[in-house]
Amino acid sequence: MAGPVRSARGTGGSSRDRILARVRTAVADAREAPEVTRAYLTSHTPDDPAAVLDLLHENLAEYRALVHRTDAEGLPALLARLLAEHGSSTVLVPPGLPPEWLGEAGPERVQDRSESTAAELDTVDSVVTGCALAIAETGTIVLDGGPDQGRRRITLVPDHHVCVVRAPDQVVASVPQAMARLDPTRPLTWISGPSATSDIELDRVEGVHGPRTLEVVLVIG
Amino acid sequence: MSGTFVGMPAFPEAAREAVGNSTLRANLRHATHTIRDKRARAVAELADWQQLREAGKQIKNHTLRHLDRYLVQLEESVVRAGGTVHWAADADEANRIVADLVKATGEREVVKVKSMATQEIGLNEALVAEGISAYETDLAELIVQLGHDRPSHILVPAIHRNRGEIRDIFREEMGSWGRPAPDGLTDSPAELAEAARLHLREKFLRAKVGVSGANFMVAETGTLVVFESEGNGRMCLTLPETLISVVGIEKVIPTWRDLEVFLQTLPRSSTAERMNPYTSMWTGTTDGDGPSVFHLVLLDNGRTDTLADEVGRQALRCIRCSACLNVCPVYERAGGHAYGSVYPGPIGAILSPQLRGTASEIDASLPYASSLCGACYEVCPVAIDIPEVLVHLRERVADRGGKGHRLEKAAMKAASWAMDRPAVLAAAERAATRTRRLHPKKVPGTGAWTAGRELPELPEKSFRDWWKGEGR
Repeated sequence: MAGPVRSARGTGGSSRDRILARVRTAVADAREAPEVTRAYLTSHTPDDPAAVLDLLHENLAEYRALVHRTDAEGLPALLARLLAEHGSSTVLVPPGLPPEWLGEAGPERVQDRSESTAAELDTVDSVVTGCALAIAETGTIVLDGGPDQGRRRITLVPDHHVCVVRAPDQVVASVPQAMARLDPTRPLTWISGPSATSDIELDRVEGVHGPRTLEVVLVIG
Repeated sequence: MSGTFVGMPAFPEAAREAVGNSTLRANLRHATHTIRDKRARAVAELADWQQLREAGKQIKNHTLRHLDRYLVQLEESVVRAGGTVHWAADADEANRIVADLVKATGEREVVKVKSMATQEIGLNEALVAEGISAYETDLAELIVQLGHDRPSHILVPAIHRNRGEIRDIFREEMGSWGRPAPDGLTDSPAELAEAARLHLREKFLRAKVGVSGANFMVAETGTLVVFESEGNGRMCLTLPETLISVVGIEKVIPTWRDLEVFLQTLPRSSTAERMNPYTSMWTGTTDGDGPSVFHLVLLDNGRTDTLADEVGRQALRCIRCSACLNVCPVYERAGGHAYGSVYPGPIGAILSPQLRGTASEIDASLPYASSLCGACYEVCPVAIDIPEVLVHLRERVADRGGKGHRLEKAAMKAASWAMDRPAVLAAAERAATRTRRLHPKKVPGTGAWTAGRELPELPEKSFRDWWKGEGR
């Protein structure tokens, strides 16, 4: 970086050396600390896809996500109904959303384009995406920016997010199982229920800056 | 640390004032009791909680022992992923780096994700001095900023405010910072949250520079992680063109897999949820998605001093969940402001005097801001033995001598020596009963905590003497 910024080779360089030297001095006489022993569980849930799916459903609902179940055949009609019930006239779609999910009719499609501004996204009513996976024990969907999910901001600025989870392939029981399947080089967004705050007398209020309505569609089979 | 707290009275004076404020005490009591009960239920769901706690402790201890290696690895990973890494020895250097980075973008305002590290270094004030406006976007931080106030809790900085006070602050102050509060705003939490949404959205949509901290940094991959609930974090982390993250050097963990421990323990310990609504993880920059420029400022600011103390260094394991605040009887009565630091409560009582040293009156008093009941250790998800560090720091303060500390010095030395020697302890108890008229009625150094209480009077005979004599 040019200009007034002090780069790692400027004063920052000497601070780097100084901090590292101070760290080494500080722990020079410290006892060796072995690597972690992982005695904790990799899952808290029976290895039964139906039970795991039910737990996901229950935990998503407890944190105020609206949960629906359907099969591949029923998906387009369900998505059309959810968008209609929300009164949406426009819907954001990521570039790789399977075309058969949304039928010909329904709200106007808005493509996820890098040029579109945040203010433009703010005028869109809904967004429909897939996900990377979902975690039953915590009621979490994880997005990794894949083609059926799009840029992080498209699931943030519109007020209504509909997320499709394919069961059982995309459903894991636990956080450790999820970590093993995720790619850390991708930008990841973990979503557990809609936006919420507990900052006023620790009363939980849904809906602050992210979508106030999160609908999760579990597609089975 | 932050200049905000310069001139703070020592803990006993500040606490005495807080204890007399009944609104503050009621707000705090309601909030801390609500969250501690919920937390206990969330933790009880995991049969392996103690194993997760042990793993968290081990990961942090291992990282701290080899902090140089993991910081260098982190730097390489972040640079490989397209980021730039800066090192800041103290608050002034960190603030200068951030101010210069913001100026280089040509912008004069930034949106901020709630961050303890930037609070600690007084970044907002430093940016204002450079002509840069810094907008806090977390609802609680917004309440604190609009109220010209100071944070009083690590997780919910406006915990000392009730809904009526928040409505008044929004009505009076929002207009001078941007979009005013809606007409007829009531004190319902939903309406207050909506007012914050409207006020901040105009700032999010135009922001070019975001400033954050991070809950964790993964050395192996260069991934940074922010846990939040409202979506203000996601806004600041993804909409601006430039992202600057200021993170304490102790926030690094070795591997991607290590995150699975803290993803389970942090939300349950802090907000008592199975998972917080939003967690963002980013590794450098991603083409076409999120900021195109990413700067990481690694902050020392007293952390290497803390690392050098063999007992006190365990404070660096802290993941800022704030569970220790919510169970602490002293915090519940004294409130967060009394601690004179952005880190209040039991963890603040051991972290602040280590980061800042014990030269000031407030820092010297903090190790005494505890009843040593041990509840903080029980709930800590990385098993920091806060009482042990408190006692250790009391010894350090006492060793410095000076007014008010000579007594503690003598008492601590005598106590730790005698506790190891039962015969001596027995003799000491007898001595204590014989000199009982000379003993103070109150514990020195704990100030307001004991102001409403008196020490129990010592009996005429020690229990052992009574047992040996007519007691049998």
